[in-house]
Parts: sequence; C-alpha cells; structure tokens
Amino acid sequence: MSQKNRLLTGGRIDRSKTLKFSYNGRQYQGYQGDTLASALLANGVDIVARSFKYSRPRGIVAAGAEEPNAVLQIGSTPATQVPNVRATQQELYNGLVCGATNGWPSVESDIMGLFGKIGGSMMPPGFYYKTFMFPQSMWETYEKYIRKAAGLGYAPTERDPDIYDKMNQHCDLMVVGAGPAGLAAALTAARSGARVILADEQAEFGGHLLSSREKIDGKPAMAWVDAVVEELGSYPNVTLLRRATVNGYHDQNFLTVHQQLTDHLGDRAPAGQARSRLHRVRAHWVVLATGAHERPLVFGNNDVPGCMIASAVATYINRYGVVPGSKLVLMTTNDGAYQTALDWADAGREVVAVVDTRAKADGDLVAAVRKRGIKVMSGSAVIEVQGKKRVSGVTVATIDARGERVSSNAHTLLECDTVASSGGWSPVVHLSCHTGSRPVWRDDIIGFVPGKTVQKQLVAGGVNGTYSLGKVLAEGFAAGQQAVQNLGLNSAKCKQPAVREIREGAPMALFHVPHTKPTSRAPKQFVDLQNDVTAAGIELAAREGFEAIEHVKRYTAMGFGTDQGKLGNINGMAIAAKARGKSIPETGTTVFRPNYTPITFGALAGRDAGALFDPKRYTAMHKWHVEHGAEFEDVGQWKRPWYYPKAGESMQQALNRECRAAREGVAILDATTLGKVDIQGKDAREFLGRVYSNAWAKLDVGKCRYGLMCHEDGMVFDDGVTSCLGENHFLMTTTTGGAAGVLEWLELYHQTEWPELEVYFTSVTDHWATMTLSGPNSRKLLEELVEGVDLSNDNFKFMDWREGKVAGVPARIFRISFTGELSFEVNVQANYGQYVWEKLFEQGAKYDLTPYGTETMHILRAEKGFIIVGQDTDGSMNPYDLGMSWCVGAKKPFSFIGKRGLLREDNLGKNRKQLVGLKTRDPKVVLPEGAQAVADPKQPVPMTLLGHISSSYWSETLGRSIALGFIRGGHERMGETVYYPMADGRVIEAEICSPIFFDPKGERQNV
Amino acid sequence: MLHIYCPHCGEYREEEEFHCKGQAHIPRPLDPDNCSDEEWGNYMYFRHNPKGLHHEIWYHSTGCQKFFNITRDTVTYEIKEVYKMGEQPSVAAKG
Ligand SMILES: [Zn+2]
Repeated sequence: MSQKNRLLTGGRIDRSKTLKFSYNGRQYQGYQGDTLASALLANGVDIVARSFKYSRPRGIVAAGAEEPNAVLQIGSTPATQVPNVRATQQELYNGLVCGATNGWPSVESDIMGLFGKIGGSMMPPGFYYKTFMFPQSMWETYEKYIRKAAGLGYAPTERDPDIYDKMNQHCDLMVVGAGPAGLAAALTAARSGARVILADEQAEFGGHLLSSREKIDGKPAMAWVDAVVEELGSYPNVTLLRRATVNGYHDQNFLTVHQQLTDHLGDRAPAGQARSRLHRVRAHWVVLATGAHERPLVFGNNDVPGCMIASAVATYINRYGVVPGSKLVLMTTNDGAYQTALDWADAGREVVAVVDTRAKADGDLVAAVRKRGIKVMSGSAVIEVQGKKRVSGVTVATIDARGERVSSNAHTLLECDTVASSGGWSPVVHLSCHTGSRPVWRDDIIGFVPGKTVQKQLVAGGVNGTYSLGKVLAEGFAAGQQAVQNLGLNSAKCKQPAVREIREGAPMALFHVPHTKPTSRAPKQFVDLQNDVTAAGIELAAREGFEAIEHVKRYTAMGFGTDQGKLGNINGMAIAAKARGKSIPETGTTVFRPNYTPITFGALAGRDAGALFDPKRYTAMHKWHVEHGAEFEDVGQWKRPWYYPKAGESMQQALNRECRAAREGVAILDATTLGKVDIQGKDAREFLGRVYSNAWAKLDVGKCRYGLMCHEDGMVFDDGVTSCLGENHFLMTTTTGGAAGVLEWLELYHQTEWPELEVYFTSVTDHWATMTLSGPNSRKLLEELVEGVDLSNDNFKFMDWREGKVAGVPARIFRISFTGELSFEVNVQANYGQYVWEKLFEQGAKYDLTPYGTETMHILRAEKGFIIVGQDTDGSMNPYDLGMSWCVGAKKPFSFIGKRGLLREDNLGKNRKQLVGLKTRDPKVVLPEGAQAVADPKQPVPMTLLGHISSSYWSETLGRSIALGFIRGGHERMGETVYYPMADGRVIEAEICSPIFFDPKGERQNV
Repeated sequence: MLHIYCPHCGEYREEEEFHCKGQAHIPRPLDPDNCSDEEWGNYMYFRHNPKGLHHEIWYHSTGCQKFFNITRDTVTYEIKEVYKMGEQPSVAAKG
C-alpha cells in the first residue's frame, strides 16, 4: 500500500529519506521525521489494537504521550522486545518491526470480538471483582484466558544486550518542557548566567509550535524556536536534553529524567552506546512548562477508528504531512479546535461540518471557518458514530444550552470517515502531583491546574491553563525571571516577541455528550479507551454507592492503564460528579504518580546489573582459594571459601577430610572477613563494659576475651573476641555479617547516650588478613616461621595475644580457638596476606597443612557447642537461653545494654526455648535444620511445637550426626526424647543432650 | 528522595547517604535497674506516629558516620531544621 494519506508538501518530514518498517508482518514505508503513528496513518492503517474488555477495534487517537490505543510491541529479535511503546512517541527508523500487542488471532479479526459482543453487556464495571474472584479456585483459569486475549505486550525472552546509563545532575533551574513557555523561561535564566537544564520528551524542541501555523515576530513560529535553541546551545551553563521525559518529580526538587538515546535508531543501541540515560537531577528551582492535553468528548461509539482528538489531527497534517482521512466532521466546545477544520481544508480534503456544542460562536477562527464556506452546526453535537472498523458517518442532534439533553428529534446524518473532537484542554499537572500537591479546579479554564506546593516550583503556559501563544510566552519569560530572582541572580533582559492575539469566544463546559437514550442504553460512550471504561459504567459505580473519585477509579479501573488516564480522567470525574449532583472539585481531585510514561527496567537498573549489581568483597588470599579449587559461599558481600574439594571428592568427603586435618594434624581458615573495630580512648574500657554483657574492667594488656552483645531487650545480637592491645586500646572482632551494624550501634550509643566518654571507633576489617591455624600440629608449624614470640604453652597461654613476625612480616598472633583445638590466629597487614599464607603452605607441606572453609568451621564449632549468631540465634534468644550465664556480668556497676531487658518477666520465665544438643537415635540420620520438635508425634495437627533445629551436621570426628537446637525448658530436660515429624511422613527421634559434643572439659585448646 | 543537610559535614547530601534511626529525644533512663516496667517499656517501645512535625535521628552512614536530628514534616516531607545531638529543636512538634 502506498502512503495514501501523505500530502505532497509540508510538515517536518524529509521525503527524500524513505524508511521501511513492518507492522503485524506487513511492510510499509514512511519518511525520516515520522513517528510510527504518523507513518501508520500515512499508510491508512486504521486498527492498531483491540480493546481490553470488549475487544473492539481501536485506532490512533492522539499524537503524543496521552495516546491510549496505539500501544505496540517493538523489536525484531527475542532479546530486543519492548512492550508498551506508544506509536505516537516512537520515531520511525529503517527496519523497525512492530506489532499490535493484543487481538487474537489478529487485531483485524479478533475472536474476543465475538465474546465482546455477547459478553459486553455482561461485563459491567466491577466485573473482575464480582465474577472472577468467585469462586476463587477458578481465578487461575480466568486469568490465563484474560491475559491471552487481552494482553498488553510481552517481555523479552532473552537477556537484554544493551547497556543503560545513569547520571547525577545539579542545576539552578530545571525547565520541564521545551514549548514556547519552557523555551522563554530557559532563555531568561540562561542569559542571566544560571545553570539550566531544559528537557523535553520529543526529538525536537518547540512543543506545540512544532505543529502550529502561528507566527512569532511575523515569521513562522519555528524560526523563533530555532533561534532560541541555537542561543541556548551556545551557553556553557545550559544543558539541553532531547528525547528526555521528566518522569518523576520527587521531594525537594529531585527529578528523574528518562532520556532515550538510541531508540530512534533501532531496537538495539549501536555498539558502545548506552540505549538510554536516567538523569537524576537536583534542582534549586523548577519551572514546569508541561503544556496541556486536549480532552476528547464522550459520545456514542466514540472509540471507532477515525475518532481522534482535534489537535492530533492538526498535528498529523501540519507536522507530518499526513491527513488521517478524507471527510472530516469536527465537534468542539471551543474556538481553538476550529483551526483543525482550517488545516484539513487547506490540505485539500473535505470538511463535512463543524459541529459546535455552543449556541453561539463568533471568534476569529470561527469567522475564518465560516468565510471558507464550511458548514457550522451550532448548538449541536455528534451523539453517535456509525461504522465498525472505521467511522462511516455520524448522527448530529441539537442539544440544550447546558449540554444535558438532546433537544429535538430531528437528527442529521452526515457521511464522513473522521470525527475530530475537542472538549477543551487539561493542563498536564502530573509532575506537580508527584510531590503530593493536589491540583485545583478552575472553572474559567475548565480544568485542574497545579495546586499549592512545598517544592521550589514555578509554572508557566498550558500547565497553568494559559493557552494563547502571546500569554504563554509572557508567562514563560516571567517564570524565568522569577526563578532568576529567587536564585539571587541579576535578571538579563529578554524582549518579548510579538504575536498576533486571536480573539476567542467563551468555551462550554461539556464532557459527556447526551444521547436520545439514557446513558445505560445508548451506544457505548467511552471515557477511558485503554481500560474500556464507559460513561454508563461510571454512572453505575455512582449508583452502587462509590462516592469518592478514587473509589470510582478503582471500581471501574478508570485511569489504571499504562496511559494513566491522561485523556479520560477529567471526563470520568465530570461524569461521576454529575451522577451525584456535585461539582467536579467536590467530587475530588485525581492525582498522578511517577512515572509519567512507562519506563523500561533496563533504564531503571542502569549499570547496576550483572556483576555490578552488588559489590563483591574478596580477602587478600582470594586468588589462592580460586587456584586451589575452593567452592565459595556468600557471607554478606564477602566471597568466603566454603570448602576445598579435591578431584573426585564429594562435598561430604571434602568436609570429612578437612575436619580430620583440624582435629588430628593442622588446618587453616581464612578468617579475614570477621569484622574488626579498633577502639581507642581513655574511656574505651568503660565503654566495652557498657556494650558487652560480660565484664571488661580487669582484662590485661596482652589478653583476649569473648564477649556477647545484647540489644536493650536483652536479646543477643552479636558476639566476638576483643583483645586488649594497650591500656586504652582494644581490638574488637564481630561476626562477618554484623560488622557494619555493630559499628553503627557503637557509634549510636557513644554519640547519643554517652558523649562524655572519650572513645573512638575505626573499622579495620580490611586492614588485616587473618589466618587461623588449628590442630595439634599448629604450634609446630608456626614455630618454624615465627620470630620474637615464644609459642610455648607456659609463655603464650590460651586467650593471650602477642606481637611478633611471621614469615618475616609483622604480625599479631591471637591464641583463640573456635574449633576447640590448639589454635593460633595470625593477623598481618592485608597486603602481605597472600605472601604469609603461601609461606605457611610451603612450610606446612610436611604437616599436610589443609585449608578448610566455612562449612568445616561450622561443623567443628558445633561439635564444641559454640553458637553462630544469626544461625543459632534469631533475635529472640537471650544469653541464658543460650546457656551462657557465665557471660553475663550481672554485678557490673553500670547497667550494661540488655541488663534491664533481661529482667523483663518473660525473660525470667522457666519455659523459654533453650539451646541444647540433639542426638538422633539413628546416628546416621542428620536432622534437617529448621525441623520442629514435638513431644508426641501422634498428636493431631496443630501439634505443640517445642523448638527448632538451628545447626545440624555429620560429625566425622564423632562418627555420628550432631545437632544444636532449641527446646522449651530444654536445660532441665537432658536425656529426654523428642520427635521431629518430617513433611514426607517420617518421624526422626532424638535425645536431648549437652550442646558440647566433643572435649567437654576444653582440654585440647589448652595444650 | 530527601536532600539532607548534614550539620557535621556542612553540606547537602542525597538521602542515599543517610538512614533514619527513628524518633529523637528518647533518653535512656539513667538508672535502668531501678525503673519500673512501665518506664522501661515506654523507653523501649512507645513512639509517636505524628501526621505533621516529627523530630527524628538520622545517621550519615556513608558519610561522616555522625548522628544528628532532623525536624521533618511527615506530610510534606519538608525538613524544617537539622541540629546536632544534645541540642534542642527550635521548631516544636506536638506531643
Ligand atoms: Zn556528615
């Protein structure tokens, strides 16, 4: 098909650059400068969608962001699919592949259409609630059916090959919208030296002027635009963002701007280029110059393809050289839309009639239309459209002065293929709503304008309900000047250009065109095209008692589409208000949330995807672990060796081998990730006494001590060993995952409760590489590499620390043990970590030094009954529950954090869940972690639960399974049997025992 | 996203650098061991949930790691003032 609706001249398209594209598998041509919508219209494509509920054919209605129907799927490969693209905003490129997102088997012949016809009458608003929710068991069936038939596109099925950017920006003034008002404001501020960002969603600046035939300073308006844009581009203090939609206006003048960088070039970004950029702008002042959207009128069958908003018709003619039909009927409530009739006539096609809902109209444009000999039918309205897949004619009737009823039975039938309608304009108040500001109704402009705001926000032009070009420009310059003044800059001079004022008559407040039949029996009068919400549906909602507009919206789904009801919401509110006999402001306002238009996940994610999604932390010895086949476990952001399987070994075999090495020879763990906090100051010791549950007053230099930390409620939240490095100097260790939280907590108490204490905290986790030697041979091995430290048991006791050298590197050696074995923890400056680690392996070869990971560490400590905070505890266990009363310094003079909480009645109860060991009757069976204990496995459900298993392993050392877990009153129930019912019906029997399974006297660590 | 002036850094920074630690001006009882369960319970668990002005503690967690106070309107999200620990607000919240 050729471009039958394309004019030979005119518009901002380049007819020398033909672009090919395919829609629903058929090939078409358009020109450089087209949008996908203008190209489809040029080719006479009428149907672009099937409606959501009734499956009625739908065509292109608008020419911008407000388009409800032409929402297409774009992309030529499975990886580059983008759903939800408005054809009116997608620039055409060569090779573009797109299709309708709904309609089955196709939009032209849709099977849902049949159901729509039958089901339509059975699908009132609230249909989904009323029908599909009951019975709930059928919901899945319904849902599949609805989605298949209705669908709004599909996600890509392969990984997105493109990259996306984010950029943080700061400016004095952010101007949103580059129409006449925005350009004027930006120019004023730019000349005054302010740092300005000007963003507009379109490829070209100019806004409404891109499709206007008005003159500025006697020249075409775009000549003025070109000059302003050129001047703005010459200023280093101005950033111009094209194809950049300001999608969100957030607190304290933070704006998110989605700039599409390459979507006009193809469905994939050219190599090395980001596909889009999300600008995060913090602006001192904001000028909203977002313009207005024209409102269509609501009348019978107003959804038949060929029904459009009047300004969109003018845009297609003037900007794209496309006349979207042959014979036009224009219905309007105002003078402005008469321009569309003139544009249509000038394009050489027939204007059948202008149908004016007002009894009288005499403005300049009206006169111009009459002068052209175009028929004007005053006091009349199009009450009904004929046609199915395209408008074939309309029924015109006279209406009363208030537009509430048809005033005579004499109807006129007019033959036409296009119906343009205008009910006036709705300011684009979306952004101002984002920050919580409620828009305000103005009767004089028949629309909502931005209301009171706490943002540093100014408005100008259409968004303010100002529509005549001269006044729009004046407001733009004034807003720019006001911003400059608010910023404390000197305002530069800007001469306001001359515009011939067009005299206009008063518009009429009409939203819903009456029909001879009551609304419920009239042909469908659509309010929200995307969600198939009709005037009858809104009236029904009002009758059913939905009073607040927000409830009406939820009940009918009005405004819940991807277009957020940009065209329909005001009409819907007006209908709801009328049904309840109230005014529009009495019915409430409708607010909008970010984003203004849909945005892809790619744009939101930016570079925070794949390997950059979350930082990874590696220890100094990470390379060695990788080279030695370690499997890794994520602990917070850390990559920790989990275990080191040898060729052919299963995980359990590797763990058994690692455990044997630690118990019988010597093994080594990379313990670098444990949190380390350096604590200094004359009150450091006092501070430790307040934040740990146990006593610290008497810890000597050179000594280490284990400590428990509780929150004020008495529940354990972290633990670790703290060493006394000097009288006023300590090194605290924390759990790997708890490090940041503990440091913050220390700072919180110091800064907010005890600022009088002189104490300083510094995170040194990354400063040190920590390697733990464990096993009977650990001393022998370390002796071969140590300088300056006597490792003998007499001179370096358990829970001592010493400073010396290991492999020639300055080191702190701590004789502490988490395995229960003779153990030395060697700390060296992190950049020596791998060197010392490798030296230990060189020297340790003859002892078969074995690396072990976190899993073996867990097993070895469980054999000793040592808890792991976060695994064995969950924030509801106090030290007594854990059998650690030895770690509570109840006699300390200062009431340490957690002490008072421990005195709560519930913490003193006897029947609390307490930490115990559990041995399964069958030693080969390993209890699953999380399993729940019961006393009587035959008790009917719900059973009385006694507590859960928190740690459970195969112990190679003991040749049996072991578990740690919680049992109500467990400390008093040693030797009793409990049962663990499994999901598969098995019941595992276990005996309650001490949590210390191995070396209960703790002799091995003291050798 | 809030734009928060850190009184320690002397600069406005993005909310991402901070986090809120809840209601401000809740002193820890000086003698916890001897306060009643009710007093302790109030200290531990009872907080305002105002519609309007709220004094709250914020932490400049990825900046200077200092705590400070903010008086914030929970309706408009306006930050009325920031002040250091130990100082009193000049804009008073109810209750
Ligand atoms: Zn700071």
